[in-house]
Amino acid sequence: MSEKAAHKGEEDTLTKDIDSKILKRLLGFFKPYSRYIVFATFLTIIISALAALRPRLTPIAIDDKIMNNDAPGLQYIILIMLGTLVVQGIIQYGMTYLTSWIGQKIIYDLRKKIYSHILSLDLKFFDRNPIGRIVTRVTGDVEVLFEVFSSGLVTAFGDIFLIFWILYFMFSLDFTLTLVTLSVLPLLIYATSVFRKKVRESYRRIRLLIAKLNSYIQEHLTGITIVQYFVKEKKTIDEFEEINRDHTEQNKKSVLYYAVFFPIVELLSAISAGLIIWYGGGQVIQNAVSVGVLISFIQFTEMFFRPIRDLSEKYNILQTAMASSERIFALLDEKPTISDPEKPIELKDVKGNIEFRNVSFAYNEGDYVLRNINFKIKEGEKVAFVGATGAGKSTIINLLTRFYDVYEGEILLDGVNIKDIEQMELRKNIAIVLQDVFLFSGDIRSNITLNNPEITDEIIYNAIDNTGLRPFVDSHPETIYKQVTERGSSFSVGQKQLISFARALAYDPKILILDEATSSVDTNTEILIQNAIKKLIEGRTSIIIAHRLSTIQNCDKIIVMHKGEIKEMGTHQQLLEKGGLYFKLYQLQYKEEEISE
Amino acid sequence: MKHLYSLLPYLKKFKKKIYSGFFFIILSNASDSLYPLVIGMAIDDLSKGTLRHNLLTYVLVGLLIVVLRGTFLFLTRQTLIVVSREIENDLRFDFFSHLQRLSKSFYNNRSTGDLMAHATNDISNVRNFVGPGIMYSFQTFTRILFTLIILFSMSSSVTLLALAPLPLITYIVYKVGKLTFNRSRKVYKIFSDLTSKAQECFSGIRVVKSYVRERNENREFDKISFDYQKKNLSLAKVQAFSFPMMFMLTSLSVIIVIYFGGIKIMEGSMSLGDLSAFLIYLGQLTWPMIAFGWIINLIQRAAPSMERLLSIINVKPDIADNENTDEDITQKDIEGEIEFENVSFKYPLSNNFVLKNINLKIRKGTTLGIIGHTGSGKSTLISLIPRIWDVTEGRILIDGMDIKKIPLDVLRRSVGIVPQESFLFSTTIEKNVSYSSDFIDEDEMISAAKKSGLYKDVDEFPLKFKTVLGERGITMSGGQKQRTSIARAIYKKPEILILDDSLSAVDTKTEEEILKELKSVMRDRTSLIISHRISTIKNANNIIVLSHSKIAEEGTHNELISAGGIYFDLYKKQLLEEEIKEF
Repeated sequence: MSEKAAHKGEEDTLTKDIDSKILKRLLGFFKPYSRYIVFATFLTIIISALAALRPRLTPIAIDDKIMNNDAPGLQYIILIMLGTLVVQGIIQYGMTYLTSWIGQKIIYDLRKKIYSHILSLDLKFFDRNPIGRIVTRVTGDVEVLFEVFSSGLVTAFGDIFLIFWILYFMFSLDFTLTLVTLSVLPLLIYATSVFRKKVRESYRRIRLLIAKLNSYIQEHLTGITIVQYFVKEKKTIDEFEEINRDHTEQNKKSVLYYAVFFPIVELLSAISAGLIIWYGGGQVIQNAVSVGVLISFIQFTEMFFRPIRDLSEKYNILQTAMASSERIFALLDEKPTISDPEKPIELKDVKGNIEFRNVSFAYNEGDYVLRNINFKIKEGEKVAFVGATGAGKSTIINLLTRFYDVYEGEILLDGVNIKDIEQMELRKNIAIVLQDVFLFSGDIRSNITLNNPEITDEIIYNAIDNTGLRPFVDSHPETIYKQVTERGSSFSVGQKQLISFARALAYDPKILILDEATSSVDTNTEILIQNAIKKLIEGRTSIIIAHRLSTIQNCDKIIVMHKGEIKEMGTHQQLLEKGGLYFKLYQLQYKEEEISE
Repeated sequence: MKHLYSLLPYLKKFKKKIYSGFFFIILSNASDSLYPLVIGMAIDDLSKGTLRHNLLTYVLVGLLIVVLRGTFLFLTRQTLIVVSREIENDLRFDFFSHLQRLSKSFYNNRSTGDLMAHATNDISNVRNFVGPGIMYSFQTFTRILFTLIILFSMSSSVTLLALAPLPLITYIVYKVGKLTFNRSRKVYKIFSDLTSKAQECFSGIRVVKSYVRERNENREFDKISFDYQKKNLSLAKVQAFSFPMMFMLTSLSVIIVIYFGGIKIMEGSMSLGDLSAFLIYLGQLTWPMIAFGWIINLIQRAAPSMERLLSIINVKPDIADNENTDEDITQKDIEGEIEFENVSFKYPLSNNFVLKNINLKIRKGTTLGIIGHTGSGKSTLISLIPRIWDVTEGRILIDGMDIKKIPLDVLRRSVGIVPQESFLFSTTIEKNVSYSSDFIDEDEMISAAKKSGLYKDVDEFPLKFKTVLGERGITMSGGQKQRTSIARAIYKKPEILILDDSLSAVDTKTEEEILKELKSVMRDRTSLIISHRISTIKNANNIIVLSHSKIAEEGTHNELISAGGIYFDLYKKQLLEEEIKEF
């Protein structure tokens, strides 16, 4: 659903009118490369001059040389022509490469900037935005801008200069003949603008129909089971064909526009050539104009129409870029809601004393998930949190690691408010093992070290031994270099968990947070996991959201949560004797385990 | 390449239009070839000195030719390109209709996103080949043929000289095309690496942040991003080469013609008009030469796309009517007695049985409750009845008939399922509820909505039953969705009604109300109810407990409670849960 929504949202804003503010900001990215851009522009001026020069040489070749039987002179002119051609070719190559280079550099810079900006945002942002949409910002949206940053700007300059040079040479050859030639220009511009309007409108409709078509396909593939349950295949196909047909008819309409427009443009340029011959021919007869000039004018008219067409294309590119830029800038303007203190307190030798003081929290305003939470965990203590789903256990973790900030109250680490510590500094001392193990592509080794060069093979093997992962690692000839495919789909749930335990062990944190997985595993793995957990929590402050009886029994203290509040606190035995909520939970969640043991 | 032959049936359908399109191309090229001749004659007359009204004739003849050519070009596009749009339409229609008929086993290991990509990108690649691809190939071919004939007839020696760069052009087009293809493949590859890197990092953001690996992630992304830039620039090196090279070589021909033509004019063996005509002909050849490379590109893209499309179109639906189907069975023959005979089932490509040796009889008009842990096979069991999947072993009988004999549409029309995930279409509520019929029976719809407990909710929407759901409309709550889904099944009036955990998102009180209303619906039809809650099924005529792919316990509520097994455990636990909730 979300992916579809994102897809559609983007369909709606495929292009956007040119906005000077966005444009200005966009141009800002050119700044580090302004020297290269000036150089590239300079090259296009030369190229356009050379391109316009060749037809200018034609009358010289014909009138002066050929008609005067001047063979060596003709050779001379030909050599000049060849020379300009080669020079133009080389410069053209250099210019095209240079503009791509500039474009790629800027895209690279921009992508880097967006990516690190995204990574600096807090979890709230990731919880709120579908991943697919965020990914599009660094991939597709940036890519759209390439054309603007590369050829777009520079070649637009080139087109303008080409028009200028052509006009310059034409007027310098024959003033009135130029005016006669250009007389069809208003007609051409008019025809083009009518065509553009029609085509744009038609494209807009086509785009809407494509969006409709796509969302219809998407919906009826996602809901294929319902369609088949209700035997609605035929109706669905009929409905689909209706949209499909609309789409086809609209496309045919736009084919018609093209089919009419192109011959008209050719007709106009033919009229222009006809005018040259008719009027210019008269001048030739009166010897006011030479045949060579006439031929070069015909060549010029052919050259003239291309840059005009190109320029309007550039405008379209810019419009498409506007929509993407707007989305990118909106993302770059997003500020993290959790910020580091201006003068952070540096932690030296963290002990691991944790205190929650009157902590309250809500993900959505007014909707409290935690209410007035107070507890202390002493250095090296192991504390289990228990409670039904939605009791607020995970939120405790989110707050302690500052993935979210408390609403009220404060959290202290060794007596220091965690808001006064740099986030990275704080997290360096905490290792979290999450319920859903996330494995990255790479090998087992990189999943344990997370590419931290400080973690040596010795540490890795130590962690592997302690988590009982050794037999598994050794069962592969590649050992720790065994590749993780598709986020670990080739590993079992238990193996994945053990890897994430090894990861936490290798980082050797002062504080360990463990969100125990509920999924059931076979008995052998279960024993492995239980042993590993023991090793994991040994000698460090540990906070565990427990689902296993054995884990709870190993804890110094149990905190029972219910609807965002702490209901009971004590050891397993104390709480059982109390016969309250914990007793009930125990019966519901853990007793069976005890029986089966 | 061979996959493109599969397009022949599509092309055949428009045979007449395609042939006339080719004919128009020949005509337009023929008239185009006359144009430079007219200009050449005009210039010859001019250089000899002639009268102005003669010029006007040339101009008018020239314009006439352009008009003719334009008309033929118009007709070409109106035939060939329009045909390509029609074929695109047919292709997409066939593709989509085929997808509608494929069974669950097909969808199980394919993402909707992939299928969407086929429906859009691949079809459009094929369209580009069928339309512009075929049109330009033929145009290029005839154009080159015509022009060469005329050029040779004017001066074979100058033509040969002018064409000297031609083999080089073809070679370069081919070479550059190949290089471009290879390098852009590398670019695509890295782009997809870049995408997966970002995707992975953002998905695992919790791990990244809690282990403070942001800097490392930035570095790694940077590495790929840098590599991407490098590969792009290596592609740019080739691409930047192609355009200047192309126009240098074609301009070279022009210069050659001016030189050798010029010398011939000085010798008197060629006229100035011929030279101008020559130059214009050369100009006309430039585009087809460039187009040549482009066409190769189109074919290169269309072939794999067509292959991908065919790989789907050639999949046969594994659940469909066949020669064993008894066409005489109609919905009237279905009364609703269901029997599972030694049914076992495993998903394709899996080794584990999800259901093993299930024997079960559900008498007509009774209600069966199904309970069991997640993954015990409850949903699989019911999906076998409307043949979303076919049994692996054993058979299922309805009123004594093997369901494989019953025509698929008869079978499915007789079964009303409310699936676990309530999928609703983004249209009005009334269309969703009355989905089973082609028109909306207002009374039936309202009655169905009342029975499923939906009516009150809908009454609060400003547009009532005309309210649109989904992105363009309102988003329903999970409970509302479930109730709409129930109403949809009730409206269908099936002989067999199946609720797959369909009340999980409503609270116990609402559940009780709905169950009370549903009683009248279930009274005269066979019902199967899957639930996690004892309360939902305790009044069923018979209850089965699924555990480890088998029926572990069977009986009425009271029987199962006194048996003291899994069911009893579940019952006790739920009482506890209730207590904890109220704590």
